[in-house]
Amino acid sequence: MSHKLVRQDRLIDEYSLTKRLAGLLSSWEFILFLTLIGVFVLFSIISPWFLDYFNLMNASFSFTEKSILALPMIFVILSGDIDISVASIMALSSFAMGNAASKGAGAGTLVLIGMATGLAAGIVNGLLVTKIKIPAIAVTLATLSVFRGISQAILRDNAYTHYPPKFAFFGQGYVGNSVIPFEFVFYLLLAVIMGFILHATTYGRKLFAIGNSASASRFTGINVDRIRFTNFALNGLFAGIAAVLLTSRIGSTRPNIATGWELEAITLVVLGGVSITGGKGNLFGVVIASLLVGYLKFGMALVNLSAKVMVITTGSLLIVAVLIPKILDVINAHRKLRSQRSELKLERKAS
Amino acid sequence: MKTIINTKKILENREAVLIGLILFFMVVMTIAMPRFIKPSNLANILKDSSLLIMVACGQFLVILTGGIDLSVGSNIAFSGMAASLINMNNPELSPWVTLLIGIAIGLSLGMINGSLVAFGKVPAIIATLGTMSVFRGFTFVISKGQWVTAHEMTDSFMNLPHGNFLGVPNLIWFAVVVSALFFYFMRYTRSGREIYAIGGNRSAAVLVGVNEKKVEFLIFSVSGLVSGLAGVLWAARYAAAVNEMATGFELQTVAACVLGGVSVAGGSGTVAGVILGALFMGLLNNSMTMIRNMAFFQMLLQGLIVITAMAFNVIMERRRETMLLNRRLA
Amino acid sequence: MYFPGIKALDCVDFSIRPGEVHALIGENGAGKSTLVKIMTGVYRQTAGQVLLNGEETHFRSALDAQAAGITAIHQEASMFSELTVTENIFMGHHIKKGAAGKGPVDWKTMRQRTRELLDDMELDISPDAPVKSLGVAQRHMVEIAKALSIDARIVIMDEPTSALTLREVEDLYKIIRRLRDEDKAIIFISHKFEEIFDICDTYTVFRDGQLVGEGLVPDATIGGIINLMVGRSLDQLFPKGEADIGDAIFEVDKLSRRGYFKDVSFNLHKGEILGFFGLIGAGRTEVMRVLFGIDSASSGSVRLKGKTVSFTKPKDAMKAGLAYIPEDRHEQGTILDMSITDNITLPKVDDLARFGILNRKAERSLAEEFASKIEIKSAGLSMDTSTLSGGNQQKVVLAKWLSTDPEVFILDEPTKGIDVGTKARVHKIISDMAAKGKAIILVSSELPEVLGMSDRIVVMHEGFITAVLSRDEADPDKVMLAATAQAGEESA
Repeated sequence: MSHKLVRQDRLIDEYSLTKRLAGLLSSWEFILFLTLIGVFVLFSIISPWFLDYFNLMNASFSFTEKSILALPMIFVILSGDIDISVASIMALSSFAMGNAASKGAGAGTLVLIGMATGLAAGIVNGLLVTKIKIPAIAVTLATLSVFRGISQAILRDNAYTHYPPKFAFFGQGYVGNSVIPFEFVFYLLLAVIMGFILHATTYGRKLFAIGNSASASRFTGINVDRIRFTNFALNGLFAGIAAVLLTSRIGSTRPNIATGWELEAITLVVLGGVSITGGKGNLFGVVIASLLVGYLKFGMALVNLSAKVMVITTGSLLIVAVLIPKILDVINAHRKLRSQRSELKLERKAS
Repeated sequence: MKTIINTKKILENREAVLIGLILFFMVVMTIAMPRFIKPSNLANILKDSSLLIMVACGQFLVILTGGIDLSVGSNIAFSGMAASLINMNNPELSPWVTLLIGIAIGLSLGMINGSLVAFGKVPAIIATLGTMSVFRGFTFVISKGQWVTAHEMTDSFMNLPHGNFLGVPNLIWFAVVVSALFFYFMRYTRSGREIYAIGGNRSAAVLVGVNEKKVEFLIFSVSGLVSGLAGVLWAARYAAAVNEMATGFELQTVAACVLGGVSVAGGSGTVAGVILGALFMGLLNNSMTMIRNMAFFQMLLQGLIVITAMAFNVIMERRRETMLLNRRLA
Repeated sequence: MYFPGIKALDCVDFSIRPGEVHALIGENGAGKSTLVKIMTGVYRQTAGQVLLNGEETHFRSALDAQAAGITAIHQEASMFSELTVTENIFMGHHIKKGAAGKGPVDWKTMRQRTRELLDDMELDISPDAPVKSLGVAQRHMVEIAKALSIDARIVIMDEPTSALTLREVEDLYKIIRRLRDEDKAIIFISHKFEEIFDICDTYTVFRDGQLVGEGLVPDATIGGIINLMVGRSLDQLFPKGEADIGDAIFEVDKLSRRGYFKDVSFNLHKGEILGFFGLIGAGRTEVMRVLFGIDSASSGSVRLKGKTVSFTKPKDAMKAGLAYIPEDRHEQGTILDMSITDNITLPKVDDLARFGILNRKAERSLAEEFASKIEIKSAGLSMDTSTLSGGNQQKVVLAKWLSTDPEVFILDEPTKGIDVGTKARVHKIISDMAAKGKAIILVSSELPEVLGMSDRIVVMHEGFITAVLSRDEADPDKVMLAATAQAGEESA
């Protein structure tokens, strides 16, 4: 009986205020934030053009769409799934818009078409995963090929390059007369909405529950498959939104548009501290990770590092981001074991 | 009644289904365009399938344990590019040495994946998604963005796949030997059976003493090894080492596996099935290059085939389970 | 050996000699399984040593233990369902061709050996049959054959009879006696006293991770061993309170689920505790899953308060006033990495929220109310549930479902693996609920619990109900007979 009491005291101690502060300071988000500052300091020293309000704002164009992809991907990964078809959904979505534009559709219609196409593609993924019950990785690997394949089959070597002038605003415009890009503000708005859903609604609570234990969630009356389905649909919708912004920004559609972006989106989510096995993470971390990767690449571009180096960086970041918590786990487990052993010795001596 | 049972049996025998599909497809193609059945074209199909067979066998081991190796295409590119550069810069070196070096490079890349998954506990999908871009990126780095073209390669190097032995192209021999080795490995070695065990019931496998980490490390290493081999042969066969080579090839290897009846959830599948699956994919790819503009449909079609095959697998599995259940409680 | 917050084994000295069948006795969670897992190399001890033939050994893996001649028949299903019987038996120690075992796997010899093993055990199973085509009892026998295929010095049998019929148990006894005559040491873990008295020579009793008694079986009495196991006598343990049994509230008629159970019919009354007893694989849990809308029935009907209901998902069942505590606390009952509060409020999170927005204040007060009501011991309700002991985790599950105020409460093995104190507390809660007029189904594999707590007992065997006994007519023999279908076979 006595050792149980001892353990409880220690647990209370662990959650005292100082410990909690220490926990915050050693939290993943805080480390990311420090790294972000580090990146800013480093590149400000290396390049005179980095720390410039106008440049920093304009640089956001290069990572906003990817960051938007990452938002619903948090939901997908939190609930233990994965979606590697998002970049292909963007290609399909962009293709649909290009096709409609070539037939004279207006800017508003194009936005709707882009989003609807994305949503539809997401729904296809969701149905295959939850109704036919094929693992998400296999489904999205196949649809990765199908969605881009449709665009490739019809567009072939050609490209859509004619979009209505008004359409350019979404990806190129600024808020009022400022130098703040519209799409960046739009991203922040989406992040707030998704953050709210994740952390303040029953939907979010259920997401965490499913990610931790899908079967326990089912036994508690949560409709697990409906939530997973919704996640994939959301992922498609947001890929559609990202496609609208990207297409509007570059003003053209080719079958290879946004190739490899699924990797970037997943990297942002994992780097943001979301556990790849599900159940743990928050949206704030992913937003910081998006800024971190975005400005890291901006800085690297300023000092003329090639695009391929950046691809290597992204791939490595993904692996390292997963590896670090695993290594920390191992270290912690060792430390715990050692403390348990010494505790046992103490108890023996006492008795 | 009897015919119903027979069709059911045949549908359950994946190898028979595939052989039927392949024959049917060949008949249709021959009727549509007679030049399809020319011996030279058939040899082409076999040669095209050879590379896929080798890499799909490696992918098979990974999928059997419930994992996936998305990096095989990038591994092929890196190994093929490295071997081609070695050949270009050292034309005096025996092509067989170059081949061995290429295999060793592929193996090393596979071992990186294996270490990440087995010892780093990184999920296979994440590890290989990451290395997919890292390997590809380094391909550009070592090639400095340039190609190695036919006139920069030695004839003996290009002869690796193109030469003949007993009247059969070497490339096909490579595939035959690799298939035979995989067949033997999966059926008659302890490690091969342990891969089935890990895929079927991981905790039970550990309980009877299967070394989970060893198996995971092994499968990714093997997948890397065959990718390395395929990479060298790929560059030599097409007489060009291109940075983008084998992009999207991972999907074809997965397609060959699921067509061959390998469950994406792990635990079941055979080497014979995978080989037939790869042959079917080779056949399909060949046919599409023969029809004008069909090449653009390749990506779409491959994706659709994978989805159909997976859905078919899942539905067959469900039916089999219901049948077992019906038998259990009369 | 430690589990979070609880010591699974505490300074235990335990020894076994060749040619001896040694019973390990103790309630679930007493530490038997932990000891077995240390002996078979699955876990490692945090202190102390293991001696084999007087030499200190360190098993780093299950393979090490096997090589040292220790083999175990495990409780949990550890089969490769896609693979054949032969392969299942030899996985981990395939026979190979060639001298030094360097050659290819020798399928022919392995098949032959399998045939011999199966013949020895008088089993009519083909060595080439895939395991997924076998029934529960057959699988279990294959599991036993697997353990015997290793030339072992110590054979550990962890509840080997839990899925067997009486005839099969007799076959098993023959095997055990033969092994004993071959001078092997057998460790026999069982909850059934008659088995222990039938086959065992010596015994050791565990309680709460400590060794509390040992001796020769012929010198022992059932009462004495029970006293050691629970630390108090039997009738004190199950405080079934008085409750008025009212009208039938839940009527189940010829309910079937293909391949799992058939024609299950029973009535449940207000204020009644209806016990469900059976061996592993009898289909009890499967019935409960269908009742709660997790799986679907293939035929039959269910009426709640006279109205026919058909639940396609748990949410439907919950809305109708059902609650279900599943048998697997870790996988199905709790979400270990979520806080106690979040766990307790999870079934009600939609009701507490407004427009889908969480109401944390209401959640906190609900959690506090029920946590204090059933005395969850924790360092705070914001702690992760994984930091609690097994008993307190189970209390969280109870609190979670009590908060939904159910009318029909299904409890599947609610006291499995929890300490004696908590167990009594859980029994008290169940009794109180019945007294308040709730209808309760209590699924349990523990005979004393079922006998002590139930107003009526439904006994199942291989998917069928073989007996329904009232509290007065039920005794251990009758229930056990029905559960092994000795009575049922004639009528069926």
